[in-house]
Amino acid sequence: MSDFEYAPAPESKAIANISKDYGLFINGKFIASHNKKRFETINPANEEVLAKISLADEVDIDKAVKAARSAYVKVWSKLSGKERAKYLFRIARLLQERSREFAVVESLDNGKPIRETRDIDIPLSAAHFFYHAGWADKLEFAGFGDKPKAHGVVAQIIPWNFPLLMLAWKIAPALATGNTVVLKPAETTPLTALLFAEVCQQADLPPGVVNIITGDGSTGAALVKHPDIDKVAFTGSTEVGKLIARSLAVSNTPVTLELGGKGANIVFEDAPIDQAVEGIINGIFFNQGHVCCAGSRLLLQENIHDEFLNKLQKRMSKIRLGDPLDKNTDIGAINSAAQLAKIHELSSSGQAEGADIWSAPCQIPNKGFWFAPTIFKGVTQAHRIAREEIFGPVLSVLTFRTPQEAIEKANNTPFGLSAGVWTDKGSRILWAGNHLKAGVIWANTFNKFDPASPFGGYKESGWGREGGRHGLGAYLKGAK
Amino acid sequence: MSALNLIDGSETSLRRFLQTLPGVDQIGAQERAAMLGTRSIKTTSKKWAIDMAISMIDLTTLEGADTAGKVRSLCSKALRPDPQDASIPHVGAVCVYNDMVGIARKHLDSIGGQSIPVAAVATAFPSGRASRKVKLQDTKDAISLGATEIDMVIDRGAFLSGQLGEVFDEIRAIKEICSDKAHLKVILETGELVTLDNVRKASYLAMLAGADFIKTSTGKVTPAATAPVVLVMLEAVRDFFELSQIRIGVKPAGGIRTTKDAIKQLVLVKEIAGAEWLNPELFRIGASALLNDLLMQRMKLSTGRYSSANYVTVD
Repeated sequence: MSDFEYAPAPESKAIANISKDYGLFINGKFIASHNKKRFETINPANEEVLAKISLADEVDIDKAVKAARSAYVKVWSKLSGKERAKYLFRIARLLQERSREFAVVESLDNGKPIRETRDIDIPLSAAHFFYHAGWADKLEFAGFGDKPKAHGVVAQIIPWNFPLLMLAWKIAPALATGNTVVLKPAETTPLTALLFAEVCQQADLPPGVVNIITGDGSTGAALVKHPDIDKVAFTGSTEVGKLIARSLAVSNTPVTLELGGKGANIVFEDAPIDQAVEGIINGIFFNQGHVCCAGSRLLLQENIHDEFLNKLQKRMSKIRLGDPLDKNTDIGAINSAAQLAKIHELSSSGQAEGADIWSAPCQIPNKGFWFAPTIFKGVTQAHRIAREEIFGPVLSVLTFRTPQEAIEKANNTPFGLSAGVWTDKGSRILWAGNHLKAGVIWANTFNKFDPASPFGGYKESGWGREGGRHGLGAYLKGAK
Repeated sequence: MSALNLIDGSETSLRRFLQTLPGVDQIGAQERAAMLGTRSIKTTSKKWAIDMAISMIDLTTLEGADTAGKVRSLCSKALRPDPQDASIPHVGAVCVYNDMVGIARKHLDSIGGQSIPVAAVATAFPSGRASRKVKLQDTKDAISLGATEIDMVIDRGAFLSGQLGEVFDEIRAIKEICSDKAHLKVILETGELVTLDNVRKASYLAMLAGADFIKTSTGKVTPAATAPVVLVMLEAVRDFFELSQIRIGVKPAGGIRTTKDAIKQLVLVKEIAGAEWLNPELFRIGASALLNDLLMQRMKLSTGRYSSANYVTVD
């Protein structure tokens, strides 16, 4: 009997038209940065340089904010919701038309598998524009008063884990509500944002309504501090989120923060076991675990611990790690050397503190940044890996004896972004939902996203909500 | 039969055992099946999969209009799917109604197809609505005519009304007749059981009662071999192996018509049950039209061109 190994099935790179270097997208045009400084963005799966990116400084930021202000005053604030909606619909359709190209570029720049960019990131990004296009002319009826007013110029800073999707989460509601935007993509994943700038041109979006400036942490810090910013929206680490909150405290600029998490996935003894195993896998290994709402803590009822872990490990052995562009790849590359080092550091702490490590047996490619799907057994609340966000494919397994104990442990964290409940008992789902302190709670599923559903955290996981009617409020004056 | 240590054969023990099985979340099962449906099988693995799928087919004709001539033609096709290409494997078995078993066996033997088993659908196929006596006789007849595989149907009425012991006893009675003379495939008719929880319970019931194979459907009811159903059955045989060290086969039947469908089935086998199940002893596909599509895809792979349907034989 020969084995049914899957032959390589790579998506073609030919569709990705990546330029050698990119300027900043300000006032509808790509322009060179003021100081001519550049940095490289690489493919984390093989460390090849993809493009040279401009590093924006204060002068560039000022230019971008001025362009956004002028576009707001002269054009965008004068358009009716119906007219704004037309642009959003156009952008959504263009994203769909160019979805394959976006999917390939996203996989190249981020390291995530093409299956995910193709089936999740890009379609969901388009869906956010469609959804918010629908709101643009209905804001008066959304419960924010009869004349809801935009803030004006919004600064948005997004992370590298879902580059285009996070852009869509930010730009779609901002434009729908009548704001103009200066957005900074993450340093390691600027390409789809720059491709999106092309889409704005293609859609004939008035110049200055969307400005995209690239750079590193210093660029982001300078953008947030610009005096003519009316609102800030940030998605990223809790550490940076706190810095932003601190720097904005003086000016009282409205801010939404979508930060870290340490989601608990609680599996009760009566759970549908095979689907729960699948859900745990999806909860922590989706996008290499680079997910703020990842189910990074597995809370298992002690009486099913052995049986469940046996199944989980067997399932993990079937995860396919490798070339992100291969259509059969389940888990791709870690986004950067820095992130890989952080995962290694926390994972070593888990071993040093006595937890029992197990990694799926997979072939790690020679080049690029990789981390095999890993679980830690015998983790307690006192371990660092039970408390700190690892942001990688590492699952900490803890046990509980009673439902009360499960909730207590799940809530015993400075974070509160997501939680999962696995049980066949409907009443227990509702009970757990009432007691878990997390912004999103999934029952018998995990990592499900929809533009209509508000997303956000409790405690140190953030301020405010994105998506749904609630998300619109963040971009309207005085609305909550 | 070490599997029987799990129960003592009584209705109570059976019910108790089936109640210990974890539930199936339908949405989750559908999602998993859909995700595995996105696997992209190309080039060498596609070639391997096509030949494997051919060797797994239970080439089937189950019509009121079946004649000796039709069955003989099917047998020839089973042995040499493409008369111009001897490198193609023969199919897994020929599957016919009871009264056609003798004709099929004789014709296969006469053309050099001794190694191809004849499977008979028995026990008042497809509805199963007949007395136990008739069902047993039906099975005996088929075996005496040369069937070495019996595809029986379970009594869905009994299952749905909670008479699990009745279903269990009937499978055991048929198994006794089959003993070492015939392989027993137990058809659950999942389209009539409807829920995936029922599919899992019926799978275990059949395995505990001595099934060598569990089979999705008769092909006379839709939906038939949907991916989530096959997924749940593959999970069942995988987990049953852990309990008993016995590998039970799985046979999806009904609605698998294209190469793509068949390859998706093989992906399910590999990623759910494991590669140990990837052979005709443990996985069969009940089909008729599928074979020609596999042959045409095989030609496409070797020549790089799609040929017209006239390059494969009609049966």
